[in-house]
Amino acid sequence: MATSVEIKDLSLNYGSVKVLDRLNLDIAEGEFIVLLGPSGCGKSTLLNCIAGLLDVSDGQIHISGKNVTWEEPKDRGIGMVFQSYALYPQMTVEKNLSFGLRVARMPKAEIDSRVKRASEILQIEPLLNRKPVELSGGQRQRVAIGRALVRDVDVFLFDEPLSNLDAKLRNDLRVEIKRLHARLKNTMIYVTHDQIEAMTLADRIAIMKNGVIQQLADPHTIYNKPVNLFVAGFIGSPSMNFIKGDLQGATLSVDGQANIPLANYQFANQTNGASILGIRPEHILVGEDARKMPVQLESEIEIVEPMGADTVAWTKIAGQSLTFRAAAEVHLEPGQKVLIGFDPGRGSVFNVESGNRI
Amino acid sequence: MTALAPTSIGVEPSGPRPRHITAGRIGIYAFLIIAALFFLLPLWVMVITSMKSMSEIRAGNIFALPMQPTLDYWVKAWSSACTGVSCNGLAPGFFNSLKITALSVPVSIVIAMINGYALSFWRFRGSELLFGILVFGAFVPFQVLIYPIIFALSRVGLFGTLPGIVIVHTIFGMPILTLLFRNFFASLPSELFKAARVDGAGFWRIFFWVMLPMSVPIAIVAVILQVTGIWNDFLFGLVFAGRENLPMTVQLNNIVRTSTGTVEYGTNMAATVLTGAVPLIVYFVSGKWFVRGIAAGAVKG
Amino acid sequence: MTTIVAYEQSLTTGQLKSRANRRRLLGKLPAIIGTLPMMAVAIGVFVIGIAFTVVLSFTNSKLFPSFNFVGTRQYEVLWSTTRWVESVKHIWFYGLGQISVSLVFGFLLAVFMDQRIRGEDAFRTIFLYPFALSAVITGLIWQLMLEPIWGLQAAVRSLGFTNFTFAPLADGNTALIGMVIASVWQGTGVTMAILLAGLRGIDDEIWKASRVDGIPAWRTYLSIVLPMMRGTVATALVLLVVNVVRTFDIVIAMTGGGPGIATQMPATYVIDNINARNVGHGMAAATCMLLPIAALVLLQAILRWRAARKRSAA
Repeated sequence: MATSVEIKDLSLNYGSVKVLDRLNLDIAEGEFIVLLGPSGCGKSTLLNCIAGLLDVSDGQIHISGKNVTWEEPKDRGIGMVFQSYALYPQMTVEKNLSFGLRVARMPKAEIDSRVKRASEILQIEPLLNRKPVELSGGQRQRVAIGRALVRDVDVFLFDEPLSNLDAKLRNDLRVEIKRLHARLKNTMIYVTHDQIEAMTLADRIAIMKNGVIQQLADPHTIYNKPVNLFVAGFIGSPSMNFIKGDLQGATLSVDGQANIPLANYQFANQTNGASILGIRPEHILVGEDARKMPVQLESEIEIVEPMGADTVAWTKIAGQSLTFRAAAEVHLEPGQKVLIGFDPGRGSVFNVESGNRI
Repeated sequence: MTALAPTSIGVEPSGPRPRHITAGRIGIYAFLIIAALFFLLPLWVMVITSMKSMSEIRAGNIFALPMQPTLDYWVKAWSSACTGVSCNGLAPGFFNSLKITALSVPVSIVIAMINGYALSFWRFRGSELLFGILVFGAFVPFQVLIYPIIFALSRVGLFGTLPGIVIVHTIFGMPILTLLFRNFFASLPSELFKAARVDGAGFWRIFFWVMLPMSVPIAIVAVILQVTGIWNDFLFGLVFAGRENLPMTVQLNNIVRTSTGTVEYGTNMAATVLTGAVPLIVYFVSGKWFVRGIAAGAVKG
Repeated sequence: MTTIVAYEQSLTTGQLKSRANRRRLLGKLPAIIGTLPMMAVAIGVFVIGIAFTVVLSFTNSKLFPSFNFVGTRQYEVLWSTTRWVESVKHIWFYGLGQISVSLVFGFLLAVFMDQRIRGEDAFRTIFLYPFALSAVITGLIWQLMLEPIWGLQAAVRSLGFTNFTFAPLADGNTALIGMVIASVWQGTGVTMAILLAGLRGIDDEIWKASRVDGIPAWRTYLSIVLPMMRGTVATALVLLVVNVVRTFDIVIAMTGGGPGIATQMPATYVIDNINARNVGHGMAAATCMLLPIAALVLLQAILRWRAARKRSAA
């Protein structure tokens, strides 16, 4: 597939603070990329650089094969949707959609047809004569998407578009954005701090921290094979269990109290020494199911958190905290002794010193 | 095509956008600098004229630096310039202004603080109406109220006295200050008040132990607002202060008006500089606080 | 404990209610005492005082209030007095001039200050300092600046432009222009500061959206930002209007009302009539000064009420 957006050695510094650090990213045509990370990781900054709203310190940005590093935002072939919607409050929805086109002196007929198409796609035709204050949050966000749509561009940029909506609406609009992408097949770059949005929407997720992309991969890989401790800890809720120990060959010894054999685990580059075994709560089984697992441990339940669909329980192994997720039907209570088991092959092993997966 | 080729492959755009010093940018600075000159010029003229002898003023232009700078006019303006019959300069006015300000500022602020606190946390029947009247009062031209106040104060024997002028400043400062404090207290979390109530504290205890310590920043804004406002007042001082307590601004105007024969601009400007010195010092020292006071004052719209 | 409960149960609900009311009133008592000065000012000064003024305007009070009612006689005399009619014309001219120049100049300054310029704090300090000065001082400085023999005109002439003429205060036809200049000098900084705060309050993403849409900056200011700042502009405008109606100090310091009566204002007219022991007449003039302000406040109250009704309907 052709490259749609290409970012080469992009850096952005404010004085001595490096917000983006020699960042490279290739995005294929029609791809849905999510930039994910905690606040301050540089994800929004990167998006603003792509849009041309921020001047870069170094490097290049290419969009649709054209070097746009020095171009104005309007000349980059992008449309953008903002967290606060950024609708022009004194204009009707129709004017909000058409204002940019009219300023660019596009023929009236062309403007009308574009506004018509966008409002059909987003089902906002009945709202065209209303002003933004008269719209609900979800409707406003649809108009904001419409404003990007009428620009008839190759690349859509979304800057935390759902963060101002309540949970229910957020789910609805998330599905709608996915549907929109399936229909339009544009390249979309989407910034969020919400991992559910990232996992559900993305073709590929770029997880960022301190201005550097930590891992760029499809959601499945991100979830199952995180490249380092940061990614492992950031994705998943409740978050991954980390068991510290000493790795010798294929055995992790935990404070000399327990030895966990990692026979099933496929090492990329095995390194002995202080290591961490990461295992997701949902990969730990309890009771009868645990008996089929290569690693089995006796432990005592400390706290039980019933979530409805399932139950999260807290326990300890060799003095280290461990959570696991059990089916709601399994009866658990604090103080109860249970057998838990897991397959280290589904986990991840990290070297403590580098923090990287081994 | 061939002509275009070199530019298109010339420099590959990379890194920061090249900055051109555009005409627009120059225009912005030119406009701001000219505006700054417009605002600064009178200050310049005021200060340098106060140091020029009359012959120098006659000879040169008002923007030129004094050839033989002198502070004689400052001394004269301070201690011996004539206002009508007496020739004691501005000094008595300065001390009068000091007295008026020193008394009016704390009185007006303490009352307004209690008002704002009561209006935010202790609403009673009619309290909103009272506040509405007070806000309306902020817009009323002073001239509408001057005669009724003269009449009332003379009935109780306070017209033309120091307490009289303090009362007048307290009255006319009340709308804006009450608004200032009410907005401040309304912005505090109401849980704070509820927690103190649950602890059994009453009106005054909550005021002194919870609210007062928290309102230091807004009180500073109020002090700046009142010090400059009262110092700069002319009308109330003229009407209400009485012959013995005329504030500095009134004395200044009298000095300028009294110049017999040729106008002595050196003395006039020296007197002006001296009168303006206090609020200017407050302004330059308080900086951002002053701007906050203006913003708070603007809220009344 | 039990005895108290039993006692309370023995009371009728009516008694309980009145007890609760009394207790609530007792709890509010310190608040009512604390706000006595406010009540005194709000009712004693702003209600009774204004009523007093309005009532006196229908009497022929001289130095002391008398209740010798003469109907609308004072108003008839007032509006046939040249000095008053001229004063009203002056304040319209002066007010419209000062307000329009301050708003336009202040908005331009605010927009330029908003362009990420160097030395913003220095510029702000310079634009705003005249506001810290008394109107008396403003008047005196500008009187010197605009004085024909020593001031600006003389300075420019001494540079060789011997025909340069700029001495508005010397001529009754232009004296008000001189006053507009002085009040613009004093008040524009505040307008700028209020409008700049309004500009800074505009959501950053609105600017980003307009850049992505390719809307030029000037167009964004005019078509998007300015309409969004209606409230801020109204605030600045109200402040200017209130100051204009009150104009007194600057007249006394700058021109003393002259030349002739060229810069007399309603405020000076009222004070002069009080001084001239013609209180009834002065109060008629004062009541006329109150009317536009009252109309403005009423208008605002109606607008607010309509907005509230619209909100509750939606």
